[in-house]
Amino acid sequence: MSAPSTGALRRAAGRFVWQWPAVAALTVVWVLLWGDVSWANVLGGAALAALVVVAFPLPRIEDRATFRVLPFLGLLRRFVADLVVASFQVAWVAVRPGPLPRGAVVEVQLRNPDDLFLTVTAVLSTLVPGSLVVEARPDTGRLYVHVLDIAHFDGPEAVRADIRGLEERVLRTLAPSEVLERCGLEG
Amino acid sequence: MTEIEPGFWTALADVVAALCLLAGAFLTFAAGVGALRFGSLLARMHSVTKPQVLGLVLLLIGLALRVRSWSAVAMLALVVVFQLATAPVAAHLLSRAGFRTGKVDESELVPNQMDPSDEPDGPHGGA
Repeated sequence: MSAPSTGALRRAAGRFVWQWPAVAALTVVWVLLWGDVSWANVLGGAALAALVVVAFPLPRIEDRATFRVLPFLGLLRRFVADLVVASFQVAWVAVRPGPLPRGAVVEVQLRNPDDLFLTVTAVLSTLVPGSLVVEARPDTGRLYVHVLDIAHFDGPEAVRADIRGLEERVLRTLAPSEVLERCGLEG
Repeated sequence: MTEIEPGFWTALADVVAALCLLAGAFLTFAAGVGALRFGSLLARMHSVTKPQVLGLVLLLIGLALRVRSWSAVAMLALVVVFQLATAPVAAHLLSRAGFRTGKVDESELVPNQMDPSDEPDGPHGGA
């Protein structure tokens, strides 16, 4: 066991090591903002990114999540398709003449209440099917979802199935295998 | 095999760009109409997330195909990424705040399975 001060120092150094993806991503954003790749941009961006990472530390997520390429491509393909369909649906509801559809709020119990997967599922479900997350409860793993046109789905059960399907794709992309096993999704 | 003319790809990019701009303009317009016509806060949030986001994405794709400069495309890509990341969060927070302060007419929601205990509970609530 080391003294508290060296422990803090080591944590700060360790933060650098495991937050390199964040530093890399922030550097890419910086370079994109300047619009051309030069040494000054890359080094300046990396220095700024390191400063941001040290000044605003975030909890570590790598040990709770993995990344699988093939499920990610499936998730991405489905996400883009759903985004296009959902956008034109909502646009059509907005411009067509006649009465507006009835909305509803549906409670959806997710398989895994872990913050990371709950957040990703909530953000994606707000963008894609005809749904909008109104309230999220991390302690129970429940999402409360507003549906624009409940008649378009066949009742709340279909909304639930939709969101849980999305969650399954998110878990297959990001969750470690023991989580998948616990949720009955292995294989 | 037919010979491809030199200007073919430029012309194709222009046509695709025009289609993207038109579709994006339609979606953005529909999002505006929706924000005006929809009767409730929550329905309006649908309008300003889905068609608005895709409309902007399509407009920027059209723009990228037309300007064909890497530094401009890099900037447009960043706009898309941040739009996709922030629009759902903003919509969620507005809807949540509206629900909690009673700005939503709950009698219009059928079914309404909202948890009646809207106290912020759980480990993040207190202190």
